Amino acid sequence: MTLADKFEELNKRGERALIGFITAGYPGIDTTVDIADALIRGGVDILELGLPFSDPIADGVTIQRASESSLRAGMNPDVYFDVAARIKGADKVCLTYYNLILQRGLDRFVTDCVSAGISGIIVPDLPVEESEPLQSVCNRYETDLIYLIAPTTTDKRMARILDSASGFIYVVSLLGVTGARDRLSDVIEPLISRIRRQEAAMNVNVPLAVGFGISRPEHVKSVCQFADGAIVGSAIIKLIEEGGPSLINRVEDFARSLKAATR
Amino acid sequence: MKNLHPCFLFMAYISSIMSLPDANGKYGRYGGKFAPEVLMPALEDLERSFAKYREDDRFNAELNALLRDFAGRPTPLYFAKNLSEMCGSRIYLKREDLVHGGAHKLNNTLGQCLLAKYMGKKRIIAETGAGQHGVATAMAAAVLGLQCEIYMGTEDIKRQKLNVFRMELLGARVNPVDSGSRTLKDAINDAMRDWVANVKDTYYLIGSVVGPHPYPLIVREFQRIIGSETKKQILATEGRLPDAIIACVGGGSNALGIFSDFIEDRSVSLIGVEAGGKGLETGEHGASLCAGTEGVLHGMYSKLLQDKYGQIKQSHSFAPGLDYPGVGPELAYLVDSGRVKVDSATDEETLGAFKLLSTKEGIIPALESAHAIHYAVAHANEWDLIVVNLSGRGDKDIFSVAGVLGKGVI
Repeated sequence: MTLADKFEELNKRGERALIGFITAGYPGIDTTVDIADALIRGGVDILELGLPFSDPIADGVTIQRASESSLRAGMNPDVYFDVAARIKGADKVCLTYYNLILQRGLDRFVTDCVSAGISGIIVPDLPVEESEPLQSVCNRYETDLIYLIAPTTTDKRMARILDSASGFIYVVSLLGVTGARDRLSDVIEPLISRIRRQEAAMNVNVPLAVGFGISRPEHVKSVCQFADGAIVGSAIIKLIEEGGPSLINRVEDFARSLKAATR
Repeated sequence: MKNLHPCFLFMAYISSIMSLPDANGKYGRYGGKFAPEVLMPALEDLERSFAKYREDDRFNAELNALLRDFAGRPTPLYFAKNLSEMCGSRIYLKREDLVHGGAHKLNNTLGQCLLAKYMGKKRIIAETGAGQHGVATAMAAAVLGLQCEIYMGTEDIKRQKLNVFRMELLGARVNPVDSGSRTLKDAINDAMRDWVANVKDTYYLIGSVVGPHPYPLIVREFQRIIGSETKKQILATEGRLPDAIIACVGGGSNALGIFSDFIEDRSVSLIGVEAGGKGLETGEHGASLCAGTEGVLHGMYSKLLQDKYGQIKQSHSFAPGLDYPGVGPELAYLVDSGRVKVDSATDEETLGAFKLLSTKEGIIPALESAHAIHYAVAHANEWDLIVVNLSGRGDKDIFSVAGVLGKGVI
């Protein structure tokens, strides 16, 4: 099933997509699969599995700490694709920085994604100006290259991005890096309507999922009033950071509470 | 093509070099804009503003006055008589160590702070490794009345306490960075994160010819004055161009600064000297051009120190200004094209040059610049007339050199 199909199926059921992010290899390489399974049991529709990079400039402290810990535990792209292939029951997308894709080779990276059942790739440091090489490889293997749109994105840039986009658009809800926040940003609604207007004018229909700073069921509920999905990352990583014996259950319960807010 | 006069081909070659970067911010395959979407509109805005003000008479008059009266330009091109006698070639030092603040860094920070002011920005952020760029930023921000925050790795804060205090005295806030290797690359990461969050009112002042386009271009243009002065000065004193120009390379701003006006003068050898650290064979160095591979870091496609998966490695050098696992994209291009040659000097070799220049010429060089001095002395017999860019003074390094020499300094 493609990501577009997934959004359509959810839409038919009157639901929005819950997209959950974890850093592969955090807190350990084997526990990644258990945590992913718990998120999926709890109702995560699309699992965003981060392949950690040494210098994650778009991420805040929570995900940066998780990345460093994962790299120390021995995470690398070879291990990553093994781990990803073991996770079943949800659509999967890979989030990583461009250098890791470049060094593996674009073709090899994308075919490894396909073999591991990953249907989309998010690259926060690859703007549309530089994305053509990876975009054409993704097209060849029917893998979605997922673009980000930020509050600062101009209409002109937005048109260029929507022209290339497939799968979904990662709508950055605020000016800042990833990280849980108490309050939801107030730029989301106007940004979503601006993108929708542009989509209508171009006659394209790429689903919009909102991320950055979304940490609670009430945030998810509020975002789902205008968007097609909500992305929760740092809040999940924080929960994992707390650790403890019933961690897997708490992760599952947290995902369930978030998923309920998408219905 | 065979009917064209060779001069024409040469001119075509020159104009292709001079027009770099291209419209996409590329130098050949290097450079570009690998930045988060949030920043892309700000980079576009910066590109437009720089293009506008670099042609603006009022801007240039104000900048030139600051460079002259505040920074102390032009800096002398000093004939190092004792060193020349020892080496048997004529060696000149471009005295960027005499720029206010003690290094070439102020040329760029004055330019960019003034640009920020013309763009209506109130807040300046910057990263610093050695602290020289941080100090130069704090000075420029102070004189131009801008608020200033500096990101600095906690490892560098330990090594460069003096500069931390100087920045604070100059009214800047120093934000310690405790992630990753706690050095320059991590300070850049955190400065970029700050910029992402505060992009509307904040100007990110990058200190070297690195980062996403248009930074490598902007920094090169504000540092170009080093080479344009050198050219006038050497023609006035020697009546000819030098045979070789030697500069140390970390990110590459002092090197491109002195090289840029000589790129088309093919008779002039341009040599960049990187941090050999404990020796290239040990893997503990900062020599991205000599020993790095191509990849993307901090918004640019360039030569990097990285493992086979693309994770960025920690660089090593006792000269904190060269302790960076990447290099400016234009230098990577100029090295590939053969126009610039690169080599490296180890910590040990550099220490020798540091002591040599101090005792022979009465000038304590920055450890960074001492890399270039070492190369000049070791290779002096290859040329008759040599210019070394003495990019900074060594006062900041006294404590770490004393440590290496096992001497206690209060």
